[in-house]
Amino acid sequence: MVSTPVRALTYAQAVNESFHQEFERDPSVILMGEDVAGGAGRDEFEDAWGGVFKLTGGLIAKYGPDRVRDTPISENGFMGAAVGAAATGLRPIADLMFVGFVGVCGDQIFNNMSKMHYMFGGKVNLPLTVITSTGAGVGSAAQHSETLYSIFVHFPGLKCVAPSNPYNAKGLHTAAIRDNDPVIVFNNKLLMGGARGPGTGAGIHVPEDSYEFPIGKADRPREGTDVTLIGISYTTLQCLKAAEILEQKGFSAEVIDLLSLSPLDEDAILSSVKKTRNVVIVDEDYPMCSMASELSALIAEQAFDFLDSPPIRLCAPHASVPYSPVLEAEYIPSPEKIAQSALSILE
Amino acid sequence: MNQEHRPLTFVQAINEGIRTRMREDASTIVMGIDVAGAAGKADEGFIDHFGGTFSMTKGLIQEFGTSRVLDTPISETGFVGAGVGAAAAGLRPLVDMMFVGFIGVCGDQIFNNMAKMHYMFGGKVNLPITIQAQTAASGGNAAQHSETLYSIFAHFPGLKCVVPSDPYSAKGLQIAAMKDDDPVVVFQSTRLMGVNFDQHVPEDAYELPIGKSRIVRSGDDVTLIGIGTTTRTCIQAAESLAKQGYEAEVVDLLSISPLDEETILSSISKTRKVVIVDEDYPKCSVASELAALSAEKAFDLLDAPPKRVTAPHSSIPYSSVLEQLHFPSVEMVTNACLEVIN
Amino acid sequence: MAKSQSSISKDKLMWMYETLVLIRRFEEQAKREADQGRILGTHSAIGEEATPTGICAHLRDDDYVLGNHRSHHHCIAKGVDINEMMAELLGKATGTNKGKGGTMHIADATKGMLGANGVVGSNIPVATGCALSAKVQGKDSVSVVFFGDGASSQGSLHESMNLAAIWNLPVLFVCENNRYAESTPFEYAVAGQSVANRAAGYGMPGVTVDGQNVIEVYEVAGEAVERARKGDGPTLIEAMTYRYHGHFGADNPMGYRTPEEQKYYEDKDCIIAMEQFLVDNGTATKKQLEEIDNDAKARVEKATQFAIDSAYPDPSELLSDVYIKYP
Repeated sequence: MVSTPVRALTYAQAVNESFHQEFERDPSVILMGEDVAGGAGRDEFEDAWGGVFKLTGGLIAKYGPDRVRDTPISENGFMGAAVGAAATGLRPIADLMFVGFVGVCGDQIFNNMSKMHYMFGGKVNLPLTVITSTGAGVGSAAQHSETLYSIFVHFPGLKCVAPSNPYNAKGLHTAAIRDNDPVIVFNNKLLMGGARGPGTGAGIHVPEDSYEFPIGKADRPREGTDVTLIGISYTTLQCLKAAEILEQKGFSAEVIDLLSLSPLDEDAILSSVKKTRNVVIVDEDYPMCSMASELSALIAEQAFDFLDSPPIRLCAPHASVPYSPVLEAEYIPSPEKIAQSALSILE
Repeated sequence: MNQEHRPLTFVQAINEGIRTRMREDASTIVMGIDVAGAAGKADEGFIDHFGGTFSMTKGLIQEFGTSRVLDTPISETGFVGAGVGAAAAGLRPLVDMMFVGFIGVCGDQIFNNMAKMHYMFGGKVNLPITIQAQTAASGGNAAQHSETLYSIFAHFPGLKCVVPSDPYSAKGLQIAAMKDDDPVVVFQSTRLMGVNFDQHVPEDAYELPIGKSRIVRSGDDVTLIGIGTTTRTCIQAAESLAKQGYEAEVVDLLSISPLDEETILSSISKTRKVVIVDEDYPKCSVASELAALSAEKAFDLLDAPPKRVTAPHSSIPYSSVLEQLHFPSVEMVTNACLEVIN
Repeated sequence: MAKSQSSISKDKLMWMYETLVLIRRFEEQAKREADQGRILGTHSAIGEEATPTGICAHLRDDDYVLGNHRSHHHCIAKGVDINEMMAELLGKATGTNKGKGGTMHIADATKGMLGANGVVGSNIPVATGCALSAKVQGKDSVSVVFFGDGASSQGSLHESMNLAAIWNLPVLFVCENNRYAESTPFEYAVAGQSVANRAAGYGMPGVTVDGQNVIEVYEVAGEAVERARKGDGPTLIEAMTYRYHGHFGADNPMGYRTPEEQKYYEDKDCIIAMEQFLVDNGTATKKQLEEIDNDAKARVEKATQFAIDSAYPDPSELLSDVYIKYP
């Protein structure tokens, strides 16, 4: 038997490949955002950045400035323009550089994007995708290090996904672009890499051809029997590392990679918890009214009699992200902390 | 001593709370769209046309003048941000953002400045600012003017969030919020504004402490947690349950952030069942937060899973027959209680 | 009335008169419905009929119009069916939005009416996006967004004008300056006392027009639409107009303006002026105009009956159309 060599792309490369393939496939796909190309208006500096996290490099050269548009710093303006364009025949991708900037375009996302299809009696579709960056750990301080999943999930009408590796990143971006509903894609900074590090990618095979990862489906990168660890995006990696620590202590952890925040894959979550009877949910967002709280409430409501112990939520602390590296290092739940939590209910 | 029964409406109580603070403290100002109205036309004899969209700031401009009661243009980012700046520089603003669904046009000022500045500046700057926002679905205001959105604010560290449920708590929380040196968001339900509470509201200044819930009805069979509008729904459901022989304990949440875990958990340890009623959208709601808290910290005490009764995962429709289905009804709450009791 | 109207065809002139009258009668009925308690008070456009009429006279079904909270006149001028509009106001399943949007969100994509919107300034960037869409797809559709003097203080207007200017988009930014934002007068709220002058800061033409004069609006709009269709970019139009009623149903405007001021503007009523003009230059007789008015009343009556006779939405509609598909 001939084994296929692993085609390892970085997260950013995988997402970039999805964009190139979708631009090629569908001429109604357009992209807008700040420095998604860069050097706007100056031919000799075209594509100076290709996006802050390098997700969108190479697109302007192939598809031109009509379809790949650098915008002024006007989130309200271009997010709203994405809504209007989506309502009238285009399939826009809009880049909200840091999720913490949602405050300057919240109206377009919460009041238009999420509601128009419903308010207009289902007669107008908004097939648009918003990509945004999340997460702490790179010293960007309080306003550039947030995660805010639950803010978007709270609003009916939005679908929300958070990839965790290059394979599902490519598949989820493709699925999001093709979806006829508005989809928000959360891309974690540490996964994407960039100025502060290489990101992730080692060893995960990314098929060259185009494929979708279905929205609404979780993944189970590790099977186990003693405890379920639920991770979201970056924290899935933390959970996988924690599972190894637990293995050395003689416990078998199952890791669920949530991937789809709205809609949730309730089947995958509940069937895992009903099997292991213990659950730790790891979410690097603020704790109050978080995805972790939502998952805990769901599990308590639907799997109460199966639980041997209370659902545990491990989140960021109820505090803004601090700047000082010594403080920031404590902010995201670490593999050690996750393992510790699991042990506290297993032992 | 017997105080004469002094019933105020929800709106009158809030108005009295604001007026009290403005009399007590000269640095307190009020800003917002039509907080008075007919701006700039006082010499033509037009003043205080609205006194607030819901009349909560009526009469203030006559007493305190235009330097302390400021009508603003329709520039939420502008005037909420100005409120933050004014608070950082010595004033104590009350900013009325009108419908909570307008958060999208001033979100940055609230989430990135108001919530974070104290922390980011190493605790060296205080923002004694109060935001008031009107909530709830009523009268066909449709999707953008009928939201509740508690959890959107509660999610952000740095903000305190309170929800009065009747005139007495409205005045007490308004005063507490405006006296607090931290940023506080007060959610004022439009569905409570037309209710005939016939409830005594003391004339003097009093505060309800932020961070404390209150038991408004004692019982042993189930804990019902209500928030603002839904506290009334819970009380009505409790009455319905009583007719069927069950006594519900109703906890009026009052404070969303910080939560009064002690009151909530001690009630659950008594009744061993909890039903949480929240008119906000369901996912990642305060109801979810309370259910998670109950499961985590009262796990061994609970006889049944924590139950959430919320609005559905949909926007608020315009048509009245659909709109009334969006709000958790007394019947839905009663049935939820019966489900966990049996 | 003003000059060079001989170049406007009789058909077009009569269409404009019919539209003005239809809007007026529709809005009067909407007000009656509210007074009778059948619907919540709407944001009445009575008095403001001329601006969208003069503009929509140049538009096709594949041109886009986006409105604000006071949008019934925008919808009617753009050709949205008044039966469906009235049904929407009553929250019926046969409404434009199946009863789910109501007065502030009426939309009909088949006529290019991409919605009224309840948040001030919220639709301005959206309209800019529709123009972007047309340009990218190589269509010569134009996009018109209506907003008020109140919205001219919103950041969304400035961001959108800037975008439209740098990308040369076919959009008309139309400010219906009715002099009040709720109860706040224009003189208080708008720095520089002119919305049209703000255009210069974005390198685009800004024009002020008498919004009560449908012919003048028609002419100014004609230039702007042609400019946009040719690919010469956006225009800001400030149409001076007046609403005869309060901000919304229950608001009594005598709390912030005088009866004298009200009368001054009512004397310049756009329908009376147009009647005068059509009769004076022989385009129509008084009798013909009366017939048109009667016809409008009959149509509105029919629409009202249609709305009353229509069924309410089924309860299952509460949860439908949140998404197209979930998951």
